[in-house]
Amino acid sequence: MSLALRTFSSVKDANTALQASGTRYLGGGTLVIRAANEGDVSVSSLIRVDDPGLSRIAVTGDKVRLGASVTMAAIAGHPGLAALAPAARAVGGPAIRNMATVGGNLFAPAPYGDFAAALLALDATVVTDDGEMPVETFLASRDTSRAIVTAVGFSLPGAESFRFLKVSRVKPKGVSVLSIAALLQRTADGTVTSARIALGCMADRPIRALATEKALLGCKLTPQEIAPALAAAGEGISPITDPVASAWYRAQVLPVHLGRLLLS
Amino acid sequence: MAKVPVQFTLNGSEKAEFVESGTTLLHALRDKIGDTSPKGGCHQGTCGACSVIIDGELRLSCLTLAETCNGADIKTTAGLAESGVLHPLQRAFLDAFATQCGFCTPGMIMAAKVLLDRTPNPSREDVVEALSGNICRCTGYEPIIQAVLTAARANSQNAA
Repeated sequence: MSLALRTFSSVKDANTALQASGTRYLGGGTLVIRAANEGDVSVSSLIRVDDPGLSRIAVTGDKVRLGASVTMAAIAGHPGLAALAPAARAVGGPAIRNMATVGGNLFAPAPYGDFAAALLALDATVVTDDGEMPVETFLASRDTSRAIVTAVGFSLPGAESFRFLKVSRVKPKGVSVLSIAALLQRTADGTVTSARIALGCMADRPIRALATEKALLGCKLTPQEIAPALAAAGEGISPITDPVASAWYRAQVLPVHLGRLLLS
Repeated sequence: MAKVPVQFTLNGSEKAEFVESGTTLLHALRDKIGDTSPKGGCHQGTCGACSVIIDGELRLSCLTLAETCNGADIKTTAGLAESGVLHPLQRAFLDAFATQCGFCTPGMIMAAKVLLDRTPNPSREDVVEALSGNICRCTGYEPIIQAVLTAARANSQNAA
């Protein structure tokens, strides 16, 4: 292997170095070193930033800011982030969670990127030196993004309003068949007033279930009332096919698991 | 490719080597330093056979660059036995027939050691979760789970 690694103390200097061709950013290593081990010769140079601020978790009231180098293990173990712990624990086994970062998960291709699906449901903001943008916009343009992600920010959901499900064939941990993150606001009688639902493995990156979100408005979470929302779950999806499941299978089981999550 | 110096503590001993930039910790440990207890299985972060403990945390040496470990405290299964006496986890794996081909065993033992260091009396679910990043193609896992639970009991009896 011939990978030149350079370490910078500031994101600004690293951003400049990242513009060179063949250069990738090294976070936890679970994507880029994996690619290099697999023989991806497009990677010739790595850069990283050792600014401790990138590993900081800040919870102020209901506002959360996660540095891009915060690991899944750090999120899963943080007492103020219990609502997100199931999504962080869904990533890999213990060793991977000690390495995999928030920033890296935003770039993880399906079937990976379960945590990014949670961030999409939470309408998180992605922060770079160039400014901030909604995670939905970021995900759509991530292939051409050349600015280092420094943090993500979002409002902490209430325990009742945020739900997350990862489906895998191997228990307790396996690659995603699919993942679903749902942020639901409901009135006292249980009527849905807003819904934001993100799906993993239903495209090459997390996407929103826009038709389902719309169909859920005004519904109570009963089998009868959510039936139209489940029927709409397939709109706009383009599931991946991999050794774990075919696109057809993923599309078939999506409404089943979405229904279970909504009725749970 | 220029070589870079790496220096860390491996199982209590200071190690210093020059490695090519981009060398994984797994490669440095096995082919430079001669500690072949971490195994190169998938090199993709999937199998867990290369698991080592870095500064108290379980990590995958195949996805870790050696030069990012400067100053770190690294532990591998090769350093567990003391004066020829096996660590309780190693003894339990032998007694429970939790080792068949043995390829996954060092990674399993590292994952189990981190668990028992933090949770001396784990539940079966704790053990299953702790080993969830390590694949075994021989045992069907049950002997391994039993070995970890047995080692935990042995530890708590010794401590009592």
